[in-house]
Amino acid sequence: MYDIHDLNRRRNEIMQRSVAIDYSAFEFEGIGFDYDALMRSSGYTYEDIVSIQSASMVGRTPLVELKNITDYARKFAKPGMGARILVKDEATNLSGSFKARRAAISVHKAKELGYKGVIAATSGNYGAAVAALAAKHGLKCIIVQECFDSRNVAQPEILEKARACEAYGAEVIQLSVGPELFYTFLHLLDETGYFNASLYSPYGIMGIETLGYEIAEEVNRRFSRHPDVVVCTNAGGGNLTGTARGLRRYGADTTQIYAASVNLQGLHMASDHDFNRKSFTTGHTGFGIPFTTRPDRSDVPRSAARPLRYMDKYFTVNQGSVFFITEALSVLEGMERGPAGNTSLAVAFKLAQSMEKDAIIVVQETEYSGAGKHHQPQLSFAKSNHIEVKMGNPISEVPGKNIILPSSGRLLDIQEIALDSLRRSYLKHFDLKHLKEQDLRFLQEELQVKTNHLEALIASLGGVVHERTT
Amino acid sequence: MLEKKGTYVRIRRHLLLPKERSGGLPKDTQEVPLKMWIRGRLCEEAELFEEVSIQTASGRVVSGVLKEVEPKYKHTYGDFVDEVLQMRETILSEMWGDDDDV
Repeated sequence: MYDIHDLNRRRNEIMQRSVAIDYSAFEFEGIGFDYDALMRSSGYTYEDIVSIQSASMVGRTPLVELKNITDYARKFAKPGMGARILVKDEATNLSGSFKARRAAISVHKAKELGYKGVIAATSGNYGAAVAALAAKHGLKCIIVQECFDSRNVAQPEILEKARACEAYGAEVIQLSVGPELFYTFLHLLDETGYFNASLYSPYGIMGIETLGYEIAEEVNRRFSRHPDVVVCTNAGGGNLTGTARGLRRYGADTTQIYAASVNLQGLHMASDHDFNRKSFTTGHTGFGIPFTTRPDRSDVPRSAARPLRYMDKYFTVNQGSVFFITEALSVLEGMERGPAGNTSLAVAFKLAQSMEKDAIIVVQETEYSGAGKHHQPQLSFAKSNHIEVKMGNPISEVPGKNIILPSSGRLLDIQEIALDSLRRSYLKHFDLKHLKEQDLRFLQEELQVKTNHLEALIASLGGVVHERTT
Repeated sequence: MLEKKGTYVRIRRHLLLPKERSGGLPKDTQEVPLKMWIRGRLCEEAELFEEVSIQTASGRVVSGVLKEVEPKYKHTYGDFVDEVLQMRETILSEMWGDDDDV
């Protein structure tokens, strides 16, 4: 139907036309680019973003103190410990997730520039968000999903997202497993001339800055302090990047930004066989790690989502623990929400136990729940794919083989990934023998490290930092 | 059975044969075609499994094999899963204690 080589050859031309950004204008000589200039190129101020969103039923979501979940966590904490857990109920946005914040800006830009429609490549909530916002602006919308394996078996959560997109009037294209989805996407951009509502454009990231800002503002108003920790579910990195930028914009400079992903170690994201052996379609390490260590693997030439610039720690949690906390949120707080969005809640539940009682930990999202997009259909689907589901100690879960639901809240546990190992993975994508001064400055910003630290990382990979030309 | 022009259907087509797929894929993915499913209204009358053209929601005309007529959403809340109930009972009991009055 299309020629991969031809699309590859015309890739930059198609991209530039479909996002209306000339990325080459921001390139430095060497490996880096001017990130701040890219972000400024949107032409929108923060106030513009707020007004675009509030006109679209997006943002200003409730920040809910989870008193029962907090008390439940305290049962497993030492006396005096157990931070207050708050959640930003992003499910109350138009289309049911924080993704509407991103879609609102992209779709607004598309309309402003006169595009007839928008396209997004996403199997997640972003599709529903773009479709809903396109409906509101009277634009056509096409969503491209990776949905089926070669047996024609679809992930229930992705089927639900397709239904939601169609409910908002979008055309949904569903593909079998494989990274060539990108070429289908390029081909469609080329064929239709629609706007590329990429998650990774400056618009996609600026839209989330309001989320971080609202958290800082409300925590300061209610508790007269900055949040101690904000936990962000991490996949493509935009959620964390935008939230952190919003917190900084407010001045919450003491707030720690933690990333949280579901541990899917051992499952290959491009594997047809593994595709339906996972119970999470996003918020997992299969996206989180590669997008953290190589942000520019996205669908635009330079991703505006650059999580290593902002993250202070990175935690993983097993699938069973996220299902457990999803059930707890439902039966202890009366909030039935989708499981993937609760990844950060599972991590917060454990972290809170080692933080003091007056500390504040904010979980910055929830997502809507429904048929397919709920822990029961996911567990049922896992069983039908021969995944063993049992109660026990989640630490022994093997992704793709079993799902272990904690047999007590006490057993819900997390693992930390050392940031330096992620930084090294990031650096491995470059020729470290020929770095120039400008490259080093860029890398320091990308990796959030001082000169000595960067030099040690480079040396540990066999690279050489040449004499500085100042 | 002949389906009328304008009937809402689902089609499937192979976008890439195994030999046309991009390199560097896991073997299991490399060995199967890349397939696409899409919904729309039939441009002409046709029978199931015939090659047809449809008009999609965005107004594009796309061709493929007719796989399903008036496709419905089949995703559900799944089968009963006892472990969901076990989690619920664990959480409620650890939080509020066991109810001895029952």
